[in-house]
Amino acid sequence: MTSARATFFHYLGQRKLQLVIGIGCAAATALASVVPPRFIGAIIDSLQKGTTFETVVLLALASVGFSAGEAIFRGIARYLLLNLARQAEYEMRNDLFAHLQKMHLAYFQHQRIGDLMARMTNDLTAVRQMYGPALMQGAFTVMTFVFALLSMLSVSVKLTVVAMILMPLASVAFWWVGRNVHVRFERLQAKFGDLSTKAQENFSGIRVVKAFGQEAPEVRDFARVNRDYVGKAIGLTAMQGLIWPTMSFILGLAVLSVLYIGGQDAIRGELTIGQLIQFVAYLYLLSWPMIAIGWISNMFQAGWASLIRLQELFDAKPAIEDPIDPVTIPIKGAIEVRGVSFAYGQTIVLHDVSFRVPAGGSLAIVGPTGSGKSTLVNLIPRLFDVQQGEVLIDGINVRRYPLQQLRRAVGYVPQETFLFSVPLRENVAFGLELALTESQIDWAGDVSQLNKDVEDFPARYDTMIGERGVTLSGGQKQRTAIARAVAKDPQVLILDDALSAVDTYTEAEILRRLRGVMRERTSIVVAHRISTVKDADEILVLDDGRVAERGTHRDLLEHGGLYAQMYRRQLLEEELEVDEEREEHAKRLKAATDDEPPFGVRPRLGGMGPEGA
Amino acid sequence: MAHGGGGAGVGFFQEDEILGKAYDARLMRRLLGYLRPYRGLVVVALVILLGLSLADVAPPIIAKFIVDNAIAPAVSHEIPADEGFARLGPLALLYIAVLLVSSGFRYAQSMLASYVGQNAMYDLRVGLFGHLEGLSLSFFDRNPVGRLMTRITNDIDALTDMVTQGVVAIFGDVVVIVVIAVVLAILDWRLALVTYAAVPILIAMTMYFRRMMRESFRAIRIRLARVNAYLNENISGMAILQLFTRERRSFEEFDALNTDLLNANQGGIRAMALFIPAVQFTRAGTSAALFIAAGYWILGGQLTFGTLFAFWQLVERFFSPIQDLSEKYNIMQAAMASSERVFRLMDTEPTIVDPPHPRELAHVRGEITFDNVSFAYNEGDYVLRDVTFKISAAESVAIVGATGAGKTSIISLISRFYDVQKGRILLDGVDLRELRQRDVRRHVGVVLQDPFIFAGTVASNIRLNNEAIGDQQVRAAATFVNADKFIEKLPHGYETVVTERGSTLSVGQKQLLAFARAIAFNPEILLVLDEATSSVDTETEHLIQDALAKLMVGRTSIIIAHRLSTIQNVDRIIVLHKGRVVEMGTHRDLLAQRGVYHRLYELQYRAHEAGASA
Repeated sequence: MTSARATFFHYLGQRKLQLVIGIGCAAATALASVVPPRFIGAIIDSLQKGTTFETVVLLALASVGFSAGEAIFRGIARYLLLNLARQAEYEMRNDLFAHLQKMHLAYFQHQRIGDLMARMTNDLTAVRQMYGPALMQGAFTVMTFVFALLSMLSVSVKLTVVAMILMPLASVAFWWVGRNVHVRFERLQAKFGDLSTKAQENFSGIRVVKAFGQEAPEVRDFARVNRDYVGKAIGLTAMQGLIWPTMSFILGLAVLSVLYIGGQDAIRGELTIGQLIQFVAYLYLLSWPMIAIGWISNMFQAGWASLIRLQELFDAKPAIEDPIDPVTIPIKGAIEVRGVSFAYGQTIVLHDVSFRVPAGGSLAIVGPTGSGKSTLVNLIPRLFDVQQGEVLIDGINVRRYPLQQLRRAVGYVPQETFLFSVPLRENVAFGLELALTESQIDWAGDVSQLNKDVEDFPARYDTMIGERGVTLSGGQKQRTAIARAVAKDPQVLILDDALSAVDTYTEAEILRRLRGVMRERTSIVVAHRISTVKDADEILVLDDGRVAERGTHRDLLEHGGLYAQMYRRQLLEEELEVDEEREEHAKRLKAATDDEPPFGVRPRLGGMGPEGA
Repeated sequence: MAHGGGGAGVGFFQEDEILGKAYDARLMRRLLGYLRPYRGLVVVALVILLGLSLADVAPPIIAKFIVDNAIAPAVSHEIPADEGFARLGPLALLYIAVLLVSSGFRYAQSMLASYVGQNAMYDLRVGLFGHLEGLSLSFFDRNPVGRLMTRITNDIDALTDMVTQGVVAIFGDVVVIVVIAVVLAILDWRLALVTYAAVPILIAMTMYFRRMMRESFRAIRIRLARVNAYLNENISGMAILQLFTRERRSFEEFDALNTDLLNANQGGIRAMALFIPAVQFTRAGTSAALFIAAGYWILGGQLTFGTLFAFWQLVERFFSPIQDLSEKYNIMQAAMASSERVFRLMDTEPTIVDPPHPRELAHVRGEITFDNVSFAYNEGDYVLRDVTFKISAAESVAIVGATGAGKTSIISLISRFYDVQKGRILLDGVDLRELRQRDVRRHVGVVLQDPFIFAGTVASNIRLNNEAIGDQQVRAAATFVNADKFIEKLPHGYETVVTERGSTLSVGQKQLLAFARAIAFNPEILLVLDEATSSVDTETEHLIQDALAKLMVGRTSIIIAHRLSTIQNVDRIIVLHKGRVVEMGTHRDLLAQRGVYHRLYELQYRAHEAGASA
């Protein structure tokens, strides 16, 4: 689908039969609707000429018969055409989601999530309304108009001309008022925005407001913005309020004109009273289509504008895709980064970085915030592609592996933990084909030291995470993310500052277990704490996108550069912390002996304390 | 009015709004109280409404006379044709006059409803905002901004809808129904009975379908919320989704939710596809019955064509409001739920209140005493324990300590954002709780860590809303704290527009602006939260240091310091550790003690000055 027009017909064309029958039923509805007035005219005329009661009953029943037909066809048309739109909406929503799944990370960083959501909600609704109510009402309106006009002409050409001079005024008036209402509505929306902004700003800055005693002036200011809003709201009503008085006036005028002119014709014997009333019935029948035309055209306009916005989503091309000639050799995990440079727009974040980790080896990356650490590790599972240089796994460029295979081989723990609002078990088993066995879950939970927290959760691993479940602490989230990465059983494990919210003791436990797990695998660890990185085979110190230092912990300390400085600082920090920990430890021991019945000391205490003490 | 963006955004993610009764007498009385100031206009609106109903009923009756008195007699030659023509004219004029009157009334009525409703809800909204302003900081800690926003925007809008559309329309519909019912009975009581017979059928049908539809709409709302929540979460976590190659599974899950939604929607369509034709058929059936009955009486010479014509037109106008009434259920229900929430907020009492007989502070010297103060944000979880110190007037003190030591709480307590649980805080020997909050805060200037910039101009951010601070003073304040240089370089100087959160200004500039704001109010006591912030360039850094030094002269100053220069300049340093005062003294003395301060100094200050960062 290359254009909005093609997209429009693509989704409309999915159920051609349904569409054709639906429109056919709409036509039948319109046709049936113009018949009853004819019977009403006939009843009145026969009454005037003098007739039997039976005739009246028969005519009335015939009229009801057509009304029944009209009702049935209307129901079917409605059902078919509105369902068509809902089905199109369903398909579009699925297609958009599938399309977004293919898009690369940078796309989501550029496109705000709020904007994407707005398109997939508000715009999709507008498009659905175009396919549904607009199309259906359009069909009803056009057909009713045609059949009513033909019927009117058959009764009196003169009265038809009179009606056709007056009735379109309703369409014009509705269209004009509708446009102005739209303009005023936009203005109201803008004021509503001001109002929201004012309130939001006040609530967010309430500390400053209170500190400077600004409550009263703030209320005055809010009242002023609010007054503007009220003014615009009343202004909108002033326009919107015109619609029904105008419509009822025009319709009333049309009825009166027909009665007045038609009445004279009747007196002259050119028209029967029955025909006159029949004609008035047509006017009532026409009044809705006359109004609806403006409404329908507004719906089509809005729907089309939204369709164009959705087309922009479809038009976005994924920047990271599967190779044309993929390599499918199993990945062992030797990683090499060769002369890699990378920039976000104009900002260069990596300059000519190179390193090599043999399969089963370990690399640590340290460096100040913004030095390019995360960007560097993001290149391995191709969250981004390099702009210069190469990233190789087992000597083959990562771009040559199928994305699925590459990403399956990499266990990644991102800097910002993102968990889904599903049970904990599903978060750990995220992306795995098969459900995890109890022992696998237990193992992943042990490596990540998650098991001990899980004990306290209401339904253990089946506990719901997120807003409608348990809110996890920062450390628990990180450990869940580690369990998730480990559960994949990956050839390469990447931890991007993934232990920052975990306390030092637990961190040591996790690292110890990971070393066991990672004996056969490659690991890359980004961290701030020396304790996390000191045992790595090689440590890379990044500064401003360049490799500033590299070597083992011992090498780097001897070198006396950035790394050595970091080390010294952290020693001091620890000294302070140790104080606190010692105090805390003593207190906990005391609490334990105070509260605990004599038959047991909490086992966990012993395991946690001594390393620091 | 549904405010597309704002309203929908919030609504989508509330899985199931709690909707209760459509009418609650207690809430209604309280809401109607807001109409009291406009009772004159309300009475006028009611009179117009009554007039409108009558004007609406008139055209079919005039049409009856057109048929019965002019056309029919002339057609049947009871009167000459000329007489028929002559009788048409005045009736037509009357018809037009009635049309004009009814259109005018209709417009006036909607304008009045809008005017009264909007103004009453303006009072409610400003009242709610004013009430929120008076609530204590702990309230704002507990209630996320988003929730308060929903109350002040969407909930009040739902109430406005109810007042301008709901109540008026319900009243109008009832009046129209009664008026038409009476007119029908007067025109011909036997035909009227035929018409009335259809009413219970129509009501029963409408109620049955409404209930069905309500269930259906509820299902749709819940499922739509699920689809959108899933979408939102998966778009937000797309990187994880891709890294863990879960695209296919997620798509299947999404498809399942989407299918559920489609099914719910189809249920709704089915219900409507039955309802609309059913109602239409009932109406058609009623008018057929009308014609049969009328035919019988016309044949018997007991009824005129005109009366039949009038009935036929009036019946349409009779049924519409009956159906409309059931539409109003949703508006009323939403409004009741909103008013419940709004009034609950209105009934929240501030936890920090001024004393009934506050003490006046004639002249503030600025002496601050903490007397055995213990404080917890959450009951039992103390962040300050037994803190005692005294700061003399015009003395400058730095409070230092590791993160979480309780430094920020001290600042908040002096401004009386919170009340202490134990002990007391004295200003010039008077307990803060014996003073008005306003009076305390007028003498205490605060510079917060993340300087909050309001939408407005640079100047308005310095004077805030205080008109007493003139342009001259704004400039003087800015100059005093070295902010004038960067301000003058801005495109429109002091009148440069700055945005919410001050994104156009750098962190350092925002800090200078906050200093200027504090000094413009010329407080006796200055509280500065100056913990490490991200990158401030060296030049601005120098300006800030210089400004801070000048600010401290001649006023009691309490600084949460992160700059070495600052702590070296203060008279005294208080060291907090885990909520307790552990050391107190001058920089030199404390260093000599080689205690907590010494280590903090090594870690935070010396390293910082050396320019190293981790």
